[in-house]
Amino acid sequence: MVTPVFCLRLAAIAAAISIPVVSHAADIRVMCYQDGIECTVTAELAKKFEAANPGTKVIIDVVPYKTIVEQLPVQLAAGQGPDIARVTDLGGLSKHYMDISAHVKDRAYWEANFGGTLPWLRPSATDRGIYGFMSQLTMTGPYVNKTLFEQAKIPMPGPKATWDEWVEATRKVSKATQTQAALAWDRSGHRFAGPAISYGAKILDAKGELVLDEGYKTAINKFVGWHKDGAMLKEVWGGSGGSSYADSIGEFKNGRVAMVLSGSWQINRLQKDIGNAFDWVAVPNPCGPAACTGIPGGAAWVALKTSKSPKEVGMFLDFLAQEANYAEFTSRTENIPAHAGLAKKGVPYPTATAGARAALATFSAGVANLAPAAYQFQGYRFNRALMLPTVTRVTQAIVGEMSTDEAMIKIAADMADAVKQAQK
Amino acid sequence: MHWLTRLMGIFFNLFEPLFRLGQRVLGVSRIGWLFVAPNLMVFGLFTFLPILINFVYAATGGVKLMPFERPFTGVENFGILFECRNYFDIQTCRKDVFWRAIFNTAKFSVIQVVLMVGFSLVTALVLNRKIIGRGFWRGVFFYPVLLSPVVVALIWKWLLQSQGVFNAALVATGNEPIGWLTDAGWAFFWTVFVSIWAHMGFYTLILLAGLQAIPKDMYEAAEMDAASPWRTLRRITLPLLMPNLIVVLVLAMIRAVQIFDEVFVLTGGGPGSATTFIVQFIYQTGFAEQIHLYGLAAAASLVLALGLMLLTFVQLRLTKASEAGQRAR
Repeated sequence: MVTPVFCLRLAAIAAAISIPVVSHAADIRVMCYQDGIECTVTAELAKKFEAANPGTKVIIDVVPYKTIVEQLPVQLAAGQGPDIARVTDLGGLSKHYMDISAHVKDRAYWEANFGGTLPWLRPSATDRGIYGFMSQLTMTGPYVNKTLFEQAKIPMPGPKATWDEWVEATRKVSKATQTQAALAWDRSGHRFAGPAISYGAKILDAKGELVLDEGYKTAINKFVGWHKDGAMLKEVWGGSGGSSYADSIGEFKNGRVAMVLSGSWQINRLQKDIGNAFDWVAVPNPCGPAACTGIPGGAAWVALKTSKSPKEVGMFLDFLAQEANYAEFTSRTENIPAHAGLAKKGVPYPTATAGARAALATFSAGVANLAPAAYQFQGYRFNRALMLPTVTRVTQAIVGEMSTDEAMIKIAADMADAVKQAQK
Repeated sequence: MHWLTRLMGIFFNLFEPLFRLGQRVLGVSRIGWLFVAPNLMVFGLFTFLPILINFVYAATGGVKLMPFERPFTGVENFGILFECRNYFDIQTCRKDVFWRAIFNTAKFSVIQVVLMVGFSLVTALVLNRKIIGRGFWRGVFFYPVLLSPVVVALIWKWLLQSQGVFNAALVATGNEPIGWLTDAGWAFFWTVFVSIWAHMGFYTLILLAGLQAIPKDMYEAAEMDAASPWRTLRRITLPLLMPNLIVVLVLAMIRAVQIFDEVFVLTGGGPGSATTFIVQFIYQTGFAEQIHLYGLAAAASLVLALGLMLLTFVQLRLTKASEAGQRAR
């Protein structure tokens, strides 16, 4: 029966439902992935920003790296997406970036401190917009298990040692210490490109288009050969299909290999996870006949066109880019700064262990040895058209589905197809 | 709850004028369309429209997501998929991975379905007997069906990875570890094994229901005629179970062709392309690669749809033949 009490209850429920959700003048959604504590530190900086800008709420959505790589591009293409994202496909997503130059306090500050990397985010060479900034610089490079070398009583090759010398040395270490394999590389075309350039690959021709040459072929032959003779751990590349990414750092942390090819972004993770289990060092990129290079890169905070709060987005990025905030982020996340002023002054890493500090110094010093082709490749818009088929086809050569010559032909065909489709 | 009944009555009475109007406009025989219209709209929006959009993607190229932004390319995507210099050598095909995926899917479907139906039948026959702990064993065989495919794959991955339980046992007994997931042959074997382990309970349940529907007097008559167990199985059980067996066969075949999630987590399609199946090829081409070739993925999905339609057609024919056989008997 409908009683007055029931009516009152119904009215109370209806009133509760209709109370508007408290909203802010502007909510900024940030899609963030982290190798270490990048999103955590950003969230803490965001609190300071919110305190200085009442009415603006910054929501940090921490997502796996795979989401940034696979889902964000689809969301953006569909006109959906966050206001800001932390991305690594710098040029590939540039058409979705929003110019925030009208909302930054001091354009000259940005040009002076991020001038070297701002073009990486611009959709064309003539563009002068500010779309975001590099949250850190990274460089691909190897880590070595020093303890295993000491146990095997094998001297570590010097700073100008070749890949062949490192493979031989780690092979001896692996044999003496009974590790699963001598070394492993991340399953990534980006990582593969460093040794390929060292072996003489040009990657881009005079017209700025992708090219496969003898240098690239030599690198594939070497790499596949090292898998066949057991020097390389087969599971990282041979354990997957397609072009999916697989890192080798887990194998390194578990002491299954004496050396891995990964990158500077792993320092924090290594420091935290390995602790005192064994001593590890970052070593300069081994040499080939043409160079001793890794590949530069990094992650960038970018403003996205999907944002409905461009002013607040610009203000927040401007806030993060300020020297004090950038220094806090770099120092706590133990990354290499992309901020020219800070790079000159030097960043303190108070929480880093001696090993981590040494590794950061090795990678920072390695920036000077990067080959010009490595920079060009990083800035090339369709670099994934080479990276991804390389992973797929080289894996097929490793597991014996095709020869390295056939892999080269297939990479060239896949690359041409992908670039043609991307240009349509 | 009297007030609730009254409230519902008032609510539905609100629509009465609408129904009367619909009946007047459409007529009594067509008023039914009005009732199914909401369902049809949902079905059209989430089933028919995506199918139509898939055709649009298959006939367009480029990497743009919005259909109206994509250039029309006609049957070019199908041409790319089917372009081979020598159709007897996959290596000469422009998209050799597509052909490898087709070949792997066909091989997987045949092996997995035969084994799946065989094991399910034997299990159902055993579980239909009066064995000790029958309820418990039924639960044991059905339990994996309740697990998410990702959980199933992760459990087996932990067992099979190079430092997993199986290799630890091998090493502990003085044997060399085996690359269960890095050797092409073993990886394929485990994809078949794990999928059977995960889904067998479902098919066993269907067959068990069929077995329990067979009248007991048939078996009593056979026993009185001193028919052997083998003869009873061939002459009574299997013929009467045939409709259920056909359902199991066709469902298992369709599911095998669509295999993706377990294998993707377990092997990632590797090593190389040894366990790359057609749905994974579609997913990788359209979504996982950073240059998204939606058109090519859509074309491949239409090829898959054609294959599934053929299987459904076979199912319908087999069902009809089975029904005709039942009537004749």
